[in-house]
Amino acid sequence: MPTIVVEVMPKPEILDPQGKAIANALPHLGLTGFTGVRQGKRFELTVEGEVTEEVLDSARKAAAEMLSNPVIEDVVSVAVAEDQQTA
Amino acid sequence: MSTESPLIGSFSASPAQQLDGARIGVVTFPGTLDDRDAARAVTLGGGTAVSLWHGDESLHGVDAVILPGGFSYGDYLRAGALARFAPVMNTLIKEAGAQQTSSSPLPVLGICNGFQMLTEAHLLPGSMINNDHLKFICKDQVLRVENTSTAWTAQFTADELIAVPMKNQEGQYVTSAQELEQIETEGRVVFRYVGDDPNGSRNRIAGVTNERGNVVGLMPHPEHAVEAGYGPDDATGMRNGTDGLTVFTSVVSSLAGGQQ
Repeated sequence: MPTIVVEVMPKPEILDPQGKAIANALPHLGLTGFTGVRQGKRFELTVEGEVTEEVLDSARKAAAEMLSNPVIEDVVSVAVAEDQQTA
Repeated sequence: MSTESPLIGSFSASPAQQLDGARIGVVTFPGTLDDRDAARAVTLGGGTAVSLWHGDESLHGVDAVILPGGFSYGDYLRAGALARFAPVMNTLIKEAGAQQTSSSPLPVLGICNGFQMLTEAHLLPGSMINNDHLKFICKDQVLRVENTSTAWTAQFTADELIAVPMKNQEGQYVTSAQELEQIETEGRVVFRYVGDDPNGSRNRIAGVTNERGNVVGLMPHPEHAVEAGYGPDDATGMRNGTDGLTVFTSVVSSLAGGQQ
């Protein structure tokens, strides 16, 4: 079944406390090459049948109105997952 | 009547005179924790508390609504993000929303998670993210009351300092620089943290109101400081602080027809 993937990230100007905590912990794994981490969210919306433009539009609406909060987050992408389509 | 101080607080609430017309709804969502405390605060403030349910569209004719604290729907997506779409919220948004032109829009108070719901519903500006230090806060906090023109703060004196508990993990108030300036110039900061900024909130903002002043939200908990024996410590003794009670007497008095 096709899947629409929605990706949401904290806005660049918003401090990301959880990303900062992860960045501070990476050296415990011996990884010191990363100067910053930002943590976002990925949602997978499963669709029955074909992904029409209309279905994509409702995914965009879900992304804008529920999956993200425009005050603190940006929707960075709403896209159909490629892999299963070609099988 | 004994004049001795009780060793523990009295369980018998002695509410101010009950005022007809001050029916204040307290909404319970899945995961709400502080609805009973909010209802008790309403009673102690002289109003009548009415239980409302998240799944019921009707506000049952209440004169004001409190969205209490807790962890609505687990806050899995963002704090308050799913609760914002509950049936009761559709009605509340209509009745409290700024687009309405009725003479007296519904007074709404959001406390902690309730504040987060009001920002998610865009009834209040800004949003909340994790505290900058990433720790859960649980402590008594001093606030300055900077706006006494709302129904919820009318009985405070301007710039009055109050102490109420606060307890949260996602309480860092954030908003865009432009909106922050607008909130400040319009005098819409209702409560501001005094002393060290407890969680990195912009301009130490603890609570704000909307343009019309009928919707107020704050992260700290006035409903936990309404009864001697159970509040923050104050000059008169341990746990004696009742500074939060004024929030509830204010709305009851405003609804009864006048701000004093």
